[in-house]
Amino acid sequence: MAERERSHTRPLGGVFVAHSQVLSAADVHRALTRMSHEVIERNGGLEDVILVGLQTGGVPLATKMAESMAQIEGGELALGTLDVAFYRDDIGLRPVLPEAVTNIPVDLAGKVVILVDDVLFTGRTIRAALNALNDFGRARSVQLAVMVDRGHRELPIRPDYVGKNLPTSREEMVDVGDDGVWIGTLESK
Amino acid sequence: MSRPQHLLSVTDLGVDGIEEVLRVAESFAEVERRSVPKVPTLRGKVVATLFFEESTRTRLSFETAAKRLSADVLSLAVATSSVKKGESLRDTVETVEALGIDALIIRHSSSGAPHQVARWARRARVINAGDGWHEHPTQALLDLFTVRQVLAERKGASPEELGVDCFEGLRVLIVGDIRHSRVARSEVLAYGALGAKVTLAAPGSLLPPSLEGWPVTVAADFDAALADADVVSLLRLQAERGSGTFVPSLREYTAGWGLTARRVDLLGDDAIVTHPGPMVRGVEIASDVADMPRTVVTQQVSNGVAVRMAILFLLLGGEWPGEARVD
Repeated sequence: MAERERSHTRPLGGVFVAHSQVLSAADVHRALTRMSHEVIERNGGLEDVILVGLQTGGVPLATKMAESMAQIEGGELALGTLDVAFYRDDIGLRPVLPEAVTNIPVDLAGKVVILVDDVLFTGRTIRAALNALNDFGRARSVQLAVMVDRGHRELPIRPDYVGKNLPTSREEMVDVGDDGVWIGTLESK
Repeated sequence: MSRPQHLLSVTDLGVDGIEEVLRVAESFAEVERRSVPKVPTLRGKVVATLFFEESTRTRLSFETAAKRLSADVLSLAVATSSVKKGESLRDTVETVEALGIDALIIRHSSSGAPHQVARWARRARVINAGDGWHEHPTQALLDLFTVRQVLAERKGASPEELGVDCFEGLRVLIVGDIRHSRVARSEVLAYGALGAKVTLAAPGSLLPPSLEGWPVTVAADFDAALADADVVSLLRLQAERGSGTFVPSLREYTAGWGLTARRVDLLGDDAIVTHPGPMVRGVEIASDVADMPRTVVTQQVSNGVAVRMAILFLLLGGEWPGEARVD
């Protein structure tokens, strides 16, 4: 769940209380570096590759991956951000708030799009993102990179690059931040 | 903040609501810049426009907004409807409700008509697209949006970064037929709520009978007020509401209160000129002035779609910050 939604949702709303650390900041960095290598290996370089971070959790990860990939291969990498609020299938069922303005700098026709998100859960955000991407052109392929795959999929969606597979219960929350990956619960304020 | 059921007045939103509308409108402005400027957000919802008074911009703008959100749009042309056979407003609303419509966008020459419709509506959300002399909330919101956009562009910042703080202390001068203007009323409320300093300039006959409770001052000297304004909001002389009889002649009005080429020179370099349209060139605004870069009328029209998308989204689909979650 994204930042704004989390802080605005009641009665669940409010504060993420961390229970245990799963990955340290250094672990996250190492995972991002590994995933960057995997993306380059699989696509035979960076030609036509664009990284698209999902608002809000995926954006800092995509930014870091872009830096690391540019370092590995040299050259510049296209980087975009995507907010999927308008494509969600649960509008009216739960709070849907646009997080930030979408920015896709290039036409996606013929491009290889790497979607980047922090946590893969039900898969519904990714479903919405795939629909949204369609409106920006017909990408040659779309691949998915996530820092944490926590299971509980409700749609036939799987990630191509995973930082860590993390079995969780539905009630738990996973938080990916600058200080690593934490597992915890949402407590009301 | 609770989600307003309807948008009848700017006051239904409050400061937080205005901020949210501007924020969401920014996201929709991006949608409009895409090669496919359409999102599936309101698929399956039905939006009806009920205009009992003529309009070009507002109606087209609302219908474009609804279509870009993938809602279905019904537009009732009053001139060819059963209203002409004597059907009452109430029965018209009943009919529309019975068809399962989700939002009713209404313009009426009587002040308060949308409020009355909102009382009758059980399911539909009612949006005021202008009622008599009373209010035109979406116009005021798109004026704020446009002004913020211009301010942000000049600063090289994003409008989001400016938030609503950029309106604090902003000097807004509203000029013209304030007595008959619903835009003026909504603008005073909207700019006022965000802490702008609003000044009115008009011949005495075109000021409202009472300004009690309005957070405004009245300019003693129009020319001096122009020099002090960051934003000049020009209004049209509303001939259909009889403003013609409130001024001796159009020429005299233009000489005293029109934004002529001479008066433009009095404006500060950064002053922005807005006009809700339709402009009557040569009366409240000189034709050359209307075409100057500082006059943002076309930008206002384009932004109207994004702002109305935001209103429709927030009333029909989105959730408001702090709204109780229904599980």
